[in-house]
Amino acid sequence: MADEIIERFEVRYLQAVDESGNADPILIASVSDEEIKRSFESIILTRTFNQRALSLQREGRIGTYASVFGQEASQVGSALALEKDDWVFPSFRETGVFLTMGYPIWQMFRYWAGDERGMKIPPGLNILPMSVPVGTQIPHAAGAAWAMKIKGRRAAAVCYFGDGGSSRGDFHEGLNMAGVFNLPAVFICQNNQWAISVPRRSQSAAKTIAQRAFSYGFDGVQVDGNDAVGVYVATKAALEKAKNKGGPTLIECFTYRLDDHTTSDDASRYRSKEEVEEWKGREPLIRLRLLMRKMGLWTGEYEKAAIEKARALVDRAIEEEEAYPPPKPEDIILYTNAELTPRQFKELKEFGWRK
Amino acid sequence: MAKINMVAAINQALAQEMERDGDVVVMGEDVGKDGGVFRVTEGLLDRFGPERVMDTPLSELALVGCGVGMAAYGLKPVVEIQFMAFAYEAIEQIYSHATRLRARSRGRFTCPLVVRTPYGIGIKGPELHSESSEALFCHMPGIKVVVPSTPYNAKGLLISAIRDAGPVVFLEPARLYRSIKSEVPEGPFTVPLGRAEVFQEGKSITVIAWGTMLHRAVEASEGFDCEIIDLMTLKPFDEETVLNSVKKTGRAVIVHEATRYCGLGAELAAFLAEEAIMHLKGPVKRVASPDAVVPMAALEDYYVPTAGRIRKAFEEAMKY
Ligand SMILES: Cc1ncc(C[n+]2csc(CCOP(=O)(O)OP(=O)(O)O)c2C)c(N)n1
Ligand SMILES: [Mg+2]
Repeated sequence: MADEIIERFEVRYLQAVDESGNADPILIASVSDEEIKRSFESIILTRTFNQRALSLQREGRIGTYASVFGQEASQVGSALALEKDDWVFPSFRETGVFLTMGYPIWQMFRYWAGDERGMKIPPGLNILPMSVPVGTQIPHAAGAAWAMKIKGRRAAAVCYFGDGGSSRGDFHEGLNMAGVFNLPAVFICQNNQWAISVPRRSQSAAKTIAQRAFSYGFDGVQVDGNDAVGVYVATKAALEKAKNKGGPTLIECFTYRLDDHTTSDDASRYRSKEEVEEWKGREPLIRLRLLMRKMGLWTGEYEKAAIEKARALVDRAIEEEEAYPPPKPEDIILYTNAELTPRQFKELKEFGWRK
Repeated sequence: MAKINMVAAINQALAQEMERDGDVVVMGEDVGKDGGVFRVTEGLLDRFGPERVMDTPLSELALVGCGVGMAAYGLKPVVEIQFMAFAYEAIEQIYSHATRLRARSRGRFTCPLVVRTPYGIGIKGPELHSESSEALFCHMPGIKVVVPSTPYNAKGLLISAIRDAGPVVFLEPARLYRSIKSEVPEGPFTVPLGRAEVFQEGKSITVIAWGTMLHRAVEASEGFDCEIIDLMTLKPFDEETVLNSVKKTGRAVIVHEATRYCGLGAELAAFLAEEAIMHLKGPVKRVASPDAVVPMAALEDYYVPTAGRIRKAFEEAMKY
């Protein structure tokens, strides 16, 4: 007979830099000045892209767009920790990840303008096309991590998804597989508090999303998702652990979506102005600026120059994107299979797309 | 040449492809130690080890979903779903990802994934162990759907499926696993995908069938001059072979185990209406199952086409 505790778990919360720009000396020790500057500049670039995408959408020059405003630290901080051989499995709200990895900016605009060629990932960049069915990319990351293990590669698969995505069966089955086979995978959940109009508490009765990792036999950690340095440190540790056969990690980035869900949404229908304003006060650039000023890395000129540079890059990308020749209707069929089926061959002619 | 059954033929195909190509891996529930509930994967674990023959949790969504990730990364996973009905959980992964990865990335990523599963009636199992939902998969662009009918073509088709550059759903008629034997070359060989075979030549009626129903159609054809086509690849099906035969016979009967409503027979019949109407002497006939849930064992023989029902269709076709 027995009545005893046989298992316990504890969920860590990590914040390397607080809202006033004070850094935890131990957590920040491994982060170089250069990396901090890169975070700052990548957030500026992401924000510049984001603002331009929102206005292009309003002008009807691109289609529906999902803003990343407020979540830049989660995306940029984690993406900066990636190495060349790591593979990334993004959702549709990952502009900051794509841009930090060096994704061609014009292609991002092309994609949001409704052209699949925008997700023809350039060789050497290991990121999959953004996944629209929420959470369905989670098992893909587990599978790629599994393949890395089978092939004996020193690399990890990194998956991005939202708090809504954590309610999907894909989350459960993907993380479970990763746990059972001790796969080199890092699951990054950007808990931005909302899945369109559904608040975080309606996705799960668990206090944190991070703790759900423990039921799959590995660690979960919650990080201040508006702290780029904290996210960077947590992701780097998880990647190293994965590559040293330590298995998967779930990182919950506790953050906030400051804009509407997408350009077709009106968030004022379901959340208060006060809530949004409160989170605006915690947006990731504020503390990074304060931190960098203390470290002697920030001046007004420096920020201005970073903004100018980002604007020039984004402007040029928009020009490139808009000058790019439109796709051919035959592309609808051509990429479906490795070879055309006889039926597709007939259809190409029937639709007048080929002589 | 050795006469072997379909289980042995599929086992050979898997073993030989794993031997030939280190990227081929096998995964599923009970496929390792147990050799699969039908013993199709018997011996593979001992031969290739647990890194390439993986007993997984009971997790069909992730089996296929991980298969997509593995395939994108460069492996050639062969996923076993224990019974066809249990692939339903994985349909989103097949429809939204496996079939689209190439198009969505404009060719940068591909998905050479094989999903094998036993299908159809004939094993007297519990509910949902006798499905024939091939049409669900045939409706998806970007996929191939294959059904073998003999040990010989099971081996050759599976080797082709594993070597194919895209996703293939490979449906193994459970009733045929051990009920027929045929001569199968010991070494690897391929039967091309997308090609049908004239299984039996004839002049009066073209019969289109696959899997278990192919053999039933042959049985029913006694006394009729039937040309029986084994479709083998359901998607994309071999339009040329079907058309040539119907042009010759002027009559067409399609036999399948699945329910008639929106079954593959509908596509075949519509195709013939579009392409061969001038050659047809009478209406195209479909012998299929009623618009009803697949019954359990006691009624299953009433549900799927019987030789009697097939013969009746032949008689009606011959009235024209
Ligand atoms: C499987 C699925 N269901 C519904 C949708 C419609 N939808 C798009 S985004 C979204 C909310 C997603 O919330 P979350 O996972 O938290 O990501 P976030 O949008 O906050 O980044 C919904 C319901 C979808 N794309 N996929
Ligand atoms: Mg969310």
